[in-house]
Amino acid sequence: MKYWLLVRVALRAIARNKLRSSLTVLGIIIGVAAVIAMVAIGSGASSMVQAQVASLGDNIINIFPGSMRGPGGAHGGAGTSSSLTEDDAQAILERVPLVTAVSPVAQARAQIVYGAQNWSTSIFGAGVDYLQIRRWGIAKGSNFNDSAVRASAKVCIIGHTIATNLFGDADPIGKQIRIQKLPFTVIGILEKKGQNTWGRDQDDVIIAPYTTVMKKVSGNTRLSMILASAVSMARIPAATENITELLRARHRLAPGVDDDFTVRTQQDIADIAGSTARVMRVLLAAIASVSLLVGGIGIMNIMLVSVTERTREIGVRMAVGAKAWHVLVQFLSEAVVLASLGGIAGIALGFLTAHLVARFARWPILISADAVLLAFVFAAGVGVFFGFWPARKASQLDPIEALRYE
Amino acid sequence: MAAGANGVVIRALDLVKIYGEGDNRVVALNGVSLDIAAGEMVAVMGASGSGKSTLMNILGCLDRPTAGSYEIMGEDVSRMARDELAVVRNRRIGFVFQNFNLLSRTSALENVELPMIYGVVPGKQIAERARESLRRVGLADRAHHSPNQLSGGQQQRVAIARALVNEPALLLADEPTGNLDTVTSVEVMTLFQELNDAGMTILLITHEHDIAQFAKRVLVLRDGKLIEDRPVTDRVRPKPKVEA
Repeated sequence: MKYWLLVRVALRAIARNKLRSSLTVLGIIIGVAAVIAMVAIGSGASSMVQAQVASLGDNIINIFPGSMRGPGGAHGGAGTSSSLTEDDAQAILERVPLVTAVSPVAQARAQIVYGAQNWSTSIFGAGVDYLQIRRWGIAKGSNFNDSAVRASAKVCIIGHTIATNLFGDADPIGKQIRIQKLPFTVIGILEKKGQNTWGRDQDDVIIAPYTTVMKKVSGNTRLSMILASAVSMARIPAATENITELLRARHRLAPGVDDDFTVRTQQDIADIAGSTARVMRVLLAAIASVSLLVGGIGIMNIMLVSVTERTREIGVRMAVGAKAWHVLVQFLSEAVVLASLGGIAGIALGFLTAHLVARFARWPILISADAVLLAFVFAAGVGVFFGFWPARKASQLDPIEALRYE
Repeated sequence: MAAGANGVVIRALDLVKIYGEGDNRVVALNGVSLDIAAGEMVAVMGASGSGKSTLMNILGCLDRPTAGSYEIMGEDVSRMARDELAVVRNRRIGFVFQNFNLLSRTSALENVELPMIYGVVPGKQIAERARESLRRVGLADRAHHSPNQLSGGQQQRVAIARALVNEPALLLADEPTGNLDTVTSVEVMTLFQELNDAGMTILLITHEHDIAQFAKRVLVLRDGKLIEDRPVTDRVRPKPKVEA
């Protein structure tokens, strides 16, 4: 059969009422545009989070000290006890084969001074492997070595922000800065890392041997965490289990007693990011269905008006031999074409909105072909669903009545 | 034009049409029988309420009789389903209406193409056949005009071109001159006569005696019954214009 002729009739009818047609599909346009833009923005955000999670390091496992149980059994927060020691770190490296590198971390805040400049920042006392685990390169200079760690050498590697703030254009390598009044030699500058997901400047940092930080800056021997690197992403859970067993044995915890440490992996963080994305998807689906429902009702409304207006035309078509399904197909394709055009316009508008957001809000966007295809198919589906009843009504008209209709 | 068995195009037997029920019951047709042979030009006359329109609707396969049988080209259509009737209308019958019933804002050519969209003519031939049909009614040069750019007479000729395009067995005209002035009416009736001369079977419904005189045979309806069936003795035959 000559379907295209019926479709052509539908196209003409739409073209004839341009203003009305465009107002009709406004609901669909806005609905689809909203979905496209929000999916683009949402997936942009989640891909950014994923990239940041990955940039945290190389299959990282973080081991934090557990919470301190105070008198009366009240728990302090994570990290309030000093259950982790250098020996724990060493034991993990030696006894857990799934772990390839370990670095104790002792964190402190300190005031640093260079000449007339001063700055308050975080000092990370770290092991030799710290930078490697975190996949953090050195832009200039070098890392400290084992002997520097053993000797609690007063050397440090400074972040990009600190280099700029304290030294300006001058070369910091070999210069002495004062941390808590002690002179440290700058031996390296870290690669620029930018802000993290939470907006904190990751380059505002100083890294020094953990031995030095414990003895000379913070003055205590407690580790704020142990950073370990597993052989692969897939073996992180197994490595986590081994570390837990090992530490429980080392800390002599009886069965049934809570861990006095917390193990958190990159995978956990990725999961949290993933669950946020899932909630977002559900919300998007809800918005999409509401707006498409509204748009669909708009189309049905106009199609009913159109059928009434063109009753005589339907009568003429029937008189010259149109079967019920011919009329049905004609009006149904009109609805579907309307809805699809709305879908296409909505996709275009969604792209535009997403790009504007990307440009002015500096938000990363990611437009997936899936979302575009799905939005289009949905819009066309709305056309079929909401166009069917008016089209069926048209196809069931009595030709004699229709011909007489004024 | 091909005809059915014995050259009979229409054979209606005891057609009855009743509308409504109980107190609202109206007998529109009360046992109408008629035969129309191929090549005839018949005028059905009658006052309003005589059952003309009902007869027209049934003969045109737009409606089904309550009782009685109706064959067109030897095919019984009186018990057919909606879509089967649509096919019969498409292949066998060409309609011409009083108010032309052209699709507005649609060119003459596309109006003529309309029946072929629903028929068996291959898509590629549609435009050419529509053009040929317009040529037949003398409107080849108006193909791309829309109805509101055409005079009443021209519009009715477009409608006739549309009725002819699927080569029907029967041309059914319901008050074809009802909306036309006298001069144009004569033109349109002359066109019908020419088509009839070329072999087309024509049934026209009119309440005007002058118009009926263009036909070869007149049927008169009153109160749903056929009360008269006579040949036209003093048939009007204007000289055809050279134009067509």
